[in-house]
Amino acid sequence: MPTTFLPQASSYAGDIDFLIGLVAVIVMGWFFAAQALFFGFIIKFRAKPGKKAMYIDGLNPLHKRWVSYPHYAVLIFDVIILVFALKVWTHVKIELPPANDTVGVVAQRWSWTFVHSGADGKLDTDDDVKTADELHVKVGDVVHFEGSSRDVLHSFSIPAFRLKQDLIPGRITTGWFKAEQTGTFDIQCVEICGIGHGMMVARVVVETPEQHTAWLATNAPAAAH
Amino acid sequence: MSNAAPTATAPHAHEPGHAPDGHSHDHHDHHAPQSFFQKYLFSTDHKMIAQQYMWTGVAMALIGGFLAYAFRMQLAFPDKWIPGYGYMSSLEYNTAVTNHGTIMIFWFAMPVLIAAFGNLLIPLMIGCDDMVFPRINRLSYQIFLLSAIILISSFFVKGGGFNGAWTAYPPLSANAEYNMAGTGSTLWVLAVALEFVAFLLGGINFITTAMSARAPGMRLWDMPLVVWMIVIASILFMASVGPLIAGAVMLLFDQNFGTFFFNPERGGDPVLWQHLFWFFGHPEVYVVLLPAMGMSGDIIAVFSRKKIFAYKTLLYTVFATGIISFFVWAHHQFIAGIDPRMANIFTVTTLIISVPIAEMCFLFIATLYGGSIRLTVPMLWALSFVAEFLLGGVTGIFLGASGADIYFHDTYFVIAHFHYTFVPIAVIGFFMGFTFWFPKMYGKMLNETLGKIHFWITILGFNMIFIPLFFTGMWGDHRRIYNYSHFPELHRVALQDLRIVATVGLLIMISAQAIFLFNVIKTFRAKQENPGPNPWHSNTLDWSAPSPPPHGNFAELPTVFRGPYEYSHPERESDFWPQNEPPPGSST
Repeated sequence: MPTTFLPQASSYAGDIDFLIGLVAVIVMGWFFAAQALFFGFIIKFRAKPGKKAMYIDGLNPLHKRWVSYPHYAVLIFDVIILVFALKVWTHVKIELPPANDTVGVVAQRWSWTFVHSGADGKLDTDDDVKTADELHVKVGDVVHFEGSSRDVLHSFSIPAFRLKQDLIPGRITTGWFKAEQTGTFDIQCVEICGIGHGMMVARVVVETPEQHTAWLATNAPAAAH
Repeated sequence: MSNAAPTATAPHAHEPGHAPDGHSHDHHDHHAPQSFFQKYLFSTDHKMIAQQYMWTGVAMALIGGFLAYAFRMQLAFPDKWIPGYGYMSSLEYNTAVTNHGTIMIFWFAMPVLIAAFGNLLIPLMIGCDDMVFPRINRLSYQIFLLSAIILISSFFVKGGGFNGAWTAYPPLSANAEYNMAGTGSTLWVLAVALEFVAFLLGGINFITTAMSARAPGMRLWDMPLVVWMIVIASILFMASVGPLIAGAVMLLFDQNFGTFFFNPERGGDPVLWQHLFWFFGHPEVYVVLLPAMGMSGDIIAVFSRKKIFAYKTLLYTVFATGIISFFVWAHHQFIAGIDPRMANIFTVTTLIISVPIAEMCFLFIATLYGGSIRLTVPMLWALSFVAEFLLGGVTGIFLGASGADIYFHDTYFVIAHFHYTFVPIAVIGFFMGFTFWFPKMYGKMLNETLGKIHFWITILGFNMIFIPLFFTGMWGDHRRIYNYSHFPELHRVALQDLRIVATVGLLIMISAQAIFLFNVIKTFRAKQENPGPNPWHSNTLDWSAPSPPPHGNFAELPTVFRGPYEYSHPERESDFWPQNEPPPGSST
């Protein structure tokens, strides 16, 4: 499970991990059952001198149901996985809960620029705080990000949040997350972007409201702009 | 003996000695001396072309394997000197992973699985003397060889080989300013496009030959699985490759002539390439899977002395898989910035495709039931194909379930997953076909003990590479990173240990191939009595031809009386019943 090394630091990390666990239980059950049968048959039906193999064409319904019933079961389990997969996907990627804050994420070879909205909570205003390779957000805030790229494809990934979104030049790609744990987590570029791809890393710092306000104050652009 | 027939007519299966090609009509009686080039580069004999494809593919696999060795060493021991390679820079790392992927899929899996076995098996198994279009066949190999030479030459131009990953997503792949390998990228695209032309020509031949040159008495439902599967694979390939060839041309134009098909600054769209690529890329998985699956089925039937369980149902699942495979491509793009609602549709289709594939696996397992199983080397390979592919299949569900893919996308979990499909397909597939048809191709038997040692060490090495990679992927390792120490969350001893285990697994797997080569060379050099046309007691027509089959294949072209899987028939003493054996009481 991802949780071995990664905290569930966003509101939907638990949902995604639950889905992964559910799929793991279902498919591994099938996998081991199929393998057990497979190896069982190989051992049981090893050639013995003087013993002929059975002549089964698989057309007799009495024989065929041994394959069709598991087949229907696969269909049922597929539907179960589908329901949960679509539910999680819809929650994480389609729904956009109302924002408490918005940040700009700009990827370029091979670093990240983050635009924080400042005290007014809006991007493209005078109090925006721009940083390189460090994103600051408030714990518990629903944060919308507006991602873009200056050159090639990049992917904005925060594994601790279970968040991943490719960024495409020429478009703004919007998404959201809600950090639920304070701390510092990796932001990784996970789409190959050239020679520096292996070094394209940044941090997200999740702070308490007080810390965040203090950070904004120390980094605010000079008032006389 | 007939006169030279026009090249492009179907050989008449019931007309013995009717060779479809001008220069070959005298081969039954005596071999005219041929120069090296005539024999190895300009042959129109399907078996020679099969071997050309096979050995070119194997040579390319050695290059692809060497690249894997180099970058796995870099991952296990970052920035250390790599024996036989030297130090690896991050750009070289990208070049190595890009060309490893490209070579293994396009220059190893494709030529060996489709072209080599397709060429070798289709005429022999349907009982005719050669492909319907032998000269197109020859041209297909020559174009393929040219494409391989172009790809390899791309390593040696200024800037080095292409480094934008085998998926070649623009703008990185389209702009030399970004990938710093302008010439290399152009040669890469050119090589890939030419290679597709080669397989289009091959595909035309496979489909036409199987449809029009079957031996008298052979209905479509009497064709062995592998022939069916190669035909369906060829149809899938031909139907899906068009968009990608168009995309490759656009990419070539973007790279060299200043067009903007994929450049958003002038109204292009980089995501368009992804659609074109994966519209081909997903059916492509089945294009190479099906021939391997077919060989596995045929070999399992022979060595368990069983009829294939519900042969027709099996083929229906293949048809279904083939059709559905055209509607799943965007599952590679869930988080690529496509409309997220689209992901829902592709999640549904992706999970639907698991249904026929699961059925296929059940039918294979059911075929073993009640068998009389002999674990020969080809059988071990065929069984391991099913066992390993199962893991590749079920782990695909994690990725097809869109919600879970948010986390797994572009991690090593994906790498482990598709290597559990592609290694069984390409590597295991090659070994099962090669060891099974070796007596047919060369009239000699490989050493079984060496074969078993080679099998077990290869399988051990393979699992030792990719089981750890499921875990590194689960714990966050993402792809195409030359050194994880730059990422605090991935710079962990436990993860590094797993990366080292995987590399050791690769070293084991690669060194095991020395046993294989030794076995093959030893067998070629040894004096051995010809094991006869049918050492495995198989039913299909290929085993009624002499080993090795002469130009023209059959002394007398066969007639077919029954399906290919009449093993252990209750009314017969013998446990097999060749397709061409006349029914008792008939006068032939």
